[in-house]
Amino acid sequence: MNLVQNFPFFCIMLYLAGGVTCCVLTPKASRAVCIGLNLLVTALMAAALAFTVRSGESYVYLMGHFPAPWGNEIRIGPLETLMGTAFPLVMTLTLLGGMDHIFEDVEEDKINLYFTVVNLLMVSMLALVLTNDIFTGYVFVEINTIASCALVMLKYKSGKALVATTRYLIMSLLGSGLFLIGIIILYNITGHLLMEPMREKIHELYLSGNYAFPLTVTVGLFAVGLSLKSALWPFSAWLPDAHASATAASSGILSGLVIKSYMILLLKIFYRVLGMEVVLSTGVLNVLFVFGIGAMLFGSLHALQERDIKRMLAYSSVAQAGYIFAGFGLGTAEGVLAGCIQILVHAVTKPMLFSAAGGFMTVSGGSRQFSDLHGAGRRDILSGIAFTVGALSMIGIPLFAGFATKLVLTRASLATAGWKCVAALSAIVLSTVLNALYYIPAVALLFDKREAVHISGVKAQPSAVYVLSLTVFMALNFFVGLRSSLLTCILEAGLNVFS
Amino acid sequence: MKQPSRNVARFVNWVEGEEVFPVPEEAERNQKPRKKKAPVKAKPASPEKEKRIFALVYDGISVVVCLTVILTLLVTVSWLPRFGGQDNPAENEVYIRYLEGELEEAGAINAVAGMILDYRAFDTLGESNVLFIAVCSVIILLRADRNRKTGALNIPELENRRALQPDDSIFRGSAALLVPIGILFGIYVILNGHLSAGGGFSGGAIIGASLILYANACGPEKFERAFTFRTYQWISFFALMTYTLLKTYSFYTGANHLESHIPLGTPGAILSSGLILPLNICVGLVVACTMYAFYSLFSKGGFGNGQ
Repeated sequence: MNLVQNFPFFCIMLYLAGGVTCCVLTPKASRAVCIGLNLLVTALMAAALAFTVRSGESYVYLMGHFPAPWGNEIRIGPLETLMGTAFPLVMTLTLLGGMDHIFEDVEEDKINLYFTVVNLLMVSMLALVLTNDIFTGYVFVEINTIASCALVMLKYKSGKALVATTRYLIMSLLGSGLFLIGIIILYNITGHLLMEPMREKIHELYLSGNYAFPLTVTVGLFAVGLSLKSALWPFSAWLPDAHASATAASSGILSGLVIKSYMILLLKIFYRVLGMEVVLSTGVLNVLFVFGIGAMLFGSLHALQERDIKRMLAYSSVAQAGYIFAGFGLGTAEGVLAGCIQILVHAVTKPMLFSAAGGFMTVSGGSRQFSDLHGAGRRDILSGIAFTVGALSMIGIPLFAGFATKLVLTRASLATAGWKCVAALSAIVLSTVLNALYYIPAVALLFDKREAVHISGVKAQPSAVYVLSLTVFMALNFFVGLRSSLLTCILEAGLNVFS
Repeated sequence: MKQPSRNVARFVNWVEGEEVFPVPEEAERNQKPRKKKAPVKAKPASPEKEKRIFALVYDGISVVVCLTVILTLLVTVSWLPRFGGQDNPAENEVYIRYLEGELEEAGAINAVAGMILDYRAFDTLGESNVLFIAVCSVIILLRADRNRKTGALNIPELENRRALQPDDSIFRGSAALLVPIGILFGIYVILNGHLSAGGGFSGGAIIGASLILYANACGPEKFERAFTFRTYQWISFFALMTYTLLKTYSFYTGANHLESHIPLGTPGAILSSGLILPLNICVGLVVACTMYAFYSLFSKGGFGNGQ
């Protein structure tokens, strides 16, 4: 085995070690450890990505001395490593972008815990992306649930954040519970927890028709449980408060990364545990498709009514998550590809928007209301530009990242026949218009010459890391927008060897 | 910043442990105050009535949804194979190797220990980190804040609580008798985890319970002379770090098909079964600290802050 092939495993262990280390360090030292670790992991995963893309294959990495039906495993392929590279990179940039706010919003005694939580959150996301064992998936879902709630809660004396955390925790635990019940039923009827033997067994069951009812229920449980956690529209009521009341970096992490890790897990379960044949036979994809379309429209409609910049961005996340589920719901390889592209696009865009929103709040006396943000983009020109780039990307203007999704998703829906094609196309058009309807006025307002009089607006003095973070984010946005064919190639290769 | 609405304030007080007095006219739901009200058009129904109808419909729907889910799951259970049946799908090659090959491969007489700490050690590593992050979250939520201006800890009732500690000699006497036995028994369960039923999780829980008993009987001050928040942090750090490092070695050798140089020893001896014994000790430490940390954070006043 090549040394490179060990890298993803090293990354998991590094994050675990980093998590406990940050717990005993001072705030500044834990910040250094966390950022350094994320950069290191980005580099290691990028090397693994290069390796898997060159070989074009995926491989199984044993976690211990025992092979498939007995020991734990992780599985590494182009899709997994691409996500595994994107996540720590976005995490680093988001943390850098929100660093000033972290040190302001979080109590001094608890700042090191913030980085502990971030490290453990990253290990859980990485493990969800890489795992080849469904129960390992559940263990890291637990870590992910607790860590993401802690991120919302970590705000000094914020009652709103506490309430939002409680709601988030309840909904998230409901999702975990359904997921766990699903695993138990599957174990009962297959006798395996590793993904490969499980899928063989399920395929046998599907052909023989034994246990058809429990199998159908399980598909439903997985779909509902994980879409609850990834904020698919009718289950997304918890998202706006949780994502809006947290500190800027947390909002970016939760919107940009956390909900995505569950989507990848769902995809993994569909492809690698249940098998697409079984999933298609239950029609659950149609339900996800309809909900995804609903999310694209209703998320935007809610965002349109919002007078609070962070809540608007949070509702926009609901709408953007809808694109991913609509892509998955098409049930074709192109559709899944579009969903995966959207995962990356949204991951590089939304944290930037949240960071910029944090910048506006700094120059507007901490207010999030649009009425107080008049001219905030002029006071903080860099955040203004970044917000504009993000807004254009979310609308789907060519050159920007968001256009890649629209292009691939449109292509995918044209390739399908029947009602899904019509529904998807009209939803894309409508949602683009709706996105423009709330993002463009927001940008116009931010660059308004008449400043809000009652706010003691100050000129921004952005720190070096903030400038760096937003610049790299913008560059990434253009990169994804201009070179989306590169991502498409990697993802196609990844999806080919995924199942 | 907007003043949080009354309900939010009450909730926060409740979390912080203050008593919640019933508020007389507690009708308003936690409304979003920022939402601008559209100019009120002539509404046919009064808002009160509308709210009642909404609540009724909402409750009705939730009952229907819950009943449907319960019914579906019950029907599903009736379809599942009978518990403990001879030809269940779960009766396959997996458990046979766990039970029969375990002694040779992992070297532990207690097959469960071999299963969770060797065959499926990655899951258990994750699980101990679940405990760790759970404590971290509780610390974040409940540990006393520092006043931003003065730097003093905001523990208004700490002194009162400690003054309320009953001076109960029967309780203290029996605790003095039970605590050493409890701790010793916990250590025995941990060290024997690979030989008999038990292991890190159960032994740690026993030690944790003994620590809680001691802290209750003798008051937290005495306890915190030896065990402060820093101690807790360092113990967790060392236990989890050792765990992670040991497992990194074992996973690395396993995945690369290298020979692991850890001797399995003679099954049945106390120093046997490779890494299982040190791992059990690590898990035991983490669990014991976690139990005590939960207790001291949830009882008001939190951890001793001797730093």
